[in-house]
Amino acid sequence: MAVVEGVAAPAPKVRLRPRGVSRREQWQRRLPLLPALIYIIVVTQIPFVVTLWYSFQNYFFDIPGGAHFTGLSNYTTVFTNAAFRASLVRSVVMTASSVIVAMILGMAFALLLDRKFLGRGVVRTLIITPFLVMPAAAALVWAGPMLDPNFGLLNYLLTPFGVHHVAWLSTHALGSVIVVMIWQWTPFMTLIVLAGLQGQPADTLEAAKVDGAGALATFRELTLPHLRPYIELGILLGSIYLVNAFDAVRLMTNGGPGTATTNLPFYLYQQVNYAFDVGGAAAAGVVTVILTIIVATFALRMFARVFQFDEAAG
Amino acid sequence: MSAPALRRGPRRLRELSVRVGWGVIAWVVGIAFFLPVLWMVITAFKPESAAETWPPKFIFTPTLSEFHLVFSGMGPFLTHSVVATVGSTILVLLLAIPAAYALSVYPVKHWRDGLFFFISTKMLPIVAAIGPLYVIALHLHLLDSIWLLIVLYTAMNLPLAIWMIRSFMLEVPSELLEAARLDGAGRIREIGGVILPIISPGLVSTALICVIFAWNELFLALNLTVTNAATMPMFLISSVPQEGLYIAHLSAAATVASVPVIIVGWIAQRSLVRGLSMGAIK
Repeated sequence: MAVVEGVAAPAPKVRLRPRGVSRREQWQRRLPLLPALIYIIVVTQIPFVVTLWYSFQNYFFDIPGGAHFTGLSNYTTVFTNAAFRASLVRSVVMTASSVIVAMILGMAFALLLDRKFLGRGVVRTLIITPFLVMPAAAALVWAGPMLDPNFGLLNYLLTPFGVHHVAWLSTHALGSVIVVMIWQWTPFMTLIVLAGLQGQPADTLEAAKVDGAGALATFRELTLPHLRPYIELGILLGSIYLVNAFDAVRLMTNGGPGTATTNLPFYLYQQVNYAFDVGGAAAAGVVTVILTIIVATFALRMFARVFQFDEAAG
Repeated sequence: MSAPALRRGPRRLRELSVRVGWGVIAWVVGIAFFLPVLWMVITAFKPESAAETWPPKFIFTPTLSEFHLVFSGMGPFLTHSVVATVGSTILVLLLAIPAAYALSVYPVKHWRDGLFFFISTKMLPIVAAIGPLYVIALHLHLLDSIWLLIVLYTAMNLPLAIWMIRSFMLEVPSELLEAARLDGAGRIREIGGVILPIISPGLVSTALICVIFAWNELFLALNLTVTNAATMPMFLISSVPQEGLYIAHLSAAATVASVPVIIVGWIAQRSLVRGLSMGAIK
């Protein structure tokens, strides 16, 4: 991939690290890293080890007697459980659709913001604000003042188009939740693509114009390839956050109606909080983690490419 | 008058109108996108009776009564949120600065593996471990404790902070570091005296990003706290009653809960993109 200004995590300067580093020196270098490393291992890895352990236990909060070993039965339940599979599929649908639409909108907004016009800074500020709104606040404000069938602003604004008091959260629940996720994450995509557009060398664009290339051709042949790492980065980071989407589901639809908006995070939340099924939730969690690791392996590879670690410098 | 000059007039006019046209489109899009936030703030100033009407009211006598109610009820929630946010952000910086140093300036042998290990922990879905996390917290007597939130929010933001601070440290001119070395500066003096003053704007934007994520976090707070450590997002949930009119009250609560981070974000706009891309985009 061509080297792109802006997106780069340059490797540390080699000359600061001569080949013959003494043992003592090695430990001196390692020392500052250890607190953070140990902290993150203890806090983020131990819960998953415990999860693995509980996934082989029968343990319900509401049944006295504590946990006891049940072998693979929790896993059998997970794999034969249609609700788990359905929530998995819904998670994929929600994440993919919200990330893709947010990226398309983000690109459009970035192209608008890349032009000079009066009050550009203000418009930019308006557009990034949804990302800053507390997700719980966004979910509740959309569910009530915006989407309510009887007094919601959206129904009012859509009246000229023949929309009459639509109960969005019961008739279009999944779509409504996805819309809020898109609304919150489009600014993120806009900022990343905008940074890409502004890092585009002006003279190449000028040259294309002199050569008589049309706006569309210039965009397809020059801008889009230049933006590719930025788009990849946006999709990757957006997916990391959106796959865990919980606030909008919990606060707008509570997973419903029925299970129409129950994604994986909400399903696991329900297993623990309503079914008190620690073992079952742990097994579902382990399966989730394994699936995540498969996806994350690809994601990390993409990450390394986008951040352009120079192998030779290591 | 020569022919080219004659042509220039209309052409300029056309360019100007195209520019204005795009500007108008951008403004319309920006306002439309901002509308839900605006509506939240407008509704917050309504009396409850004017908030649930058809058609929605745009002209009304603004009142601060819902804000008064919110302010009188949110005390403990606000305290918990501030403590969890500030506490975790300080802890993140204390851990991330030395770690970022060890991964950039005088890197450890497997610095790349280290970096990727940190980022991989962000990809593990914390939701998958929520049951066991609850049990662990129960046994450690940390359930419904603000300390638990500080510990977890620190782990949540640490990878991001390490990547970000590292990207700032890599920009410190190596001549400065070499000069400090020649002066006989040790590691601590090198970090404190040379690196930190240079990257302090970067540290501020790192801290702001951590503040945004910690302030807005709901999932862990909802699962692991009840009253003694309940945060602002939970205050919002409590502002939605089982029955009765609540839209103006909710909007006021949502406005109060969101405004601090919105202002922080507006101030940090320029560095927001760098933070969100973990230092990849300058």
